Amino acid sequence: MLVKSQEDRPICKEDDISIVRSSVKRVVALLNFSLVNQTKIITAASELARNTLEHGKGGHALIQIIDDGTGRIGLRMIFEDTGPGIPDTDRALEDGFTTGNGMGLGLGGARRLMDEFQLESHAGSGTKVSITKWQERL
Amino acid sequence: MDRIPILKLGDKLLVTIQVDFHDRVALALQEDLTEKILSAGAKGVLIDISALEMVDSFMGRVLGNIAKASRLLDCETVLVGMQPAIAITITELGIALQGIHTALNAEGGMALLERLIKAKSNRGRTANASKIAGRPPNLQRG
Ligand SMILES: Nc1ncnc2c1ncn2[C@@H]1O[C@H](COP(=O)(O)OP(=O)(O)OP(=O)(O)O)[C@@H](O)[C@H]1O
Ligand SMILES: [Mg+2]
Repeated sequence: MLVKSQEDRPICKEDDISIVRSSVKRVVALLNFSLVNQTKIITAASELARNTLEHGKGGHALIQIIDDGTGRIGLRMIFEDTGPGIPDTDRALEDGFTTGNGMGLGLGGARRLMDEFQLESHAGSGTKVSITKWQERL
Repeated sequence: MDRIPILKLGDKLLVTIQVDFHDRVALALQEDLTEKILSAGAKGVLIDISALEMVDSFMGRVLGNIAKASRLLDCETVLVGMQPAIAITITELGIALQGIHTALNAEGGMALLERLIKAKSNRGRTANASKIAGRPPNLQRG
């Protein structure tokens, strides 16, 4: 796996969520994703950026263009915070589970919208969510 | 603070959501709309989202809340112009947008609002009529 380019965006206030969305929007257009996939990726990014801010008390997003080693290009986004963490990650991924006043759809939804999804979190030590979408083969 | 303008057209309100539907703009719209429904005595709200390039769970919740609140104020909401890619995405995300009427474009949306408003006033009339007809005779004397 090769990281071909990387952008690092802080997520510390509400406006940062739309800045992350705009950055992602630029990259997905550059990578020529289909319109449906562009929309899915931007939506997943928006969900995770909001979680980073609201539940993770702020952090940052890495937006990477990656190569799987065979020339296949993908977009990877890593959302990281040093907030309270998630005690039960399986539970957090269930649709409808929320500790706030949301719909509890963000995490599970982001997983459905992307090709790959990894969630690492422990109570008290922050949260890291990594999501990837591979370019469609033409 | 940025606010989305609300236009009044007869007994209806017209809202066109702009490209960048920030969280606070969304919440401000929710507040402004409910106030305007009352002050204008509106019977219907048309929300055009054709400029929106994505709807996430937060925006979905706000749109759903707007529809619910206006229903409580005796006002119908129709959402128009959702891009197909958004329809696919929010379905996968799991947002139901229950209770929101939709139409493909503003023209269809206005026609739908018209029908919804008319159907409601007809229902109101029949309900009143049956109440009068069903009144017990001893009450009619007094
Ligand atoms: N970065 C994070 N740090 C700490 N807890 C988190 C984080 N992300 C998610 N969680 C926990 O997982 C739960 C589920 O997250 P999810 O995004 O699915 O729903 P939500 O944010 O509560 O609501 P929605 O996203 O539908 O508005 C959250 O309520 C929160 O308890
Ligand atoms: Mg969330």
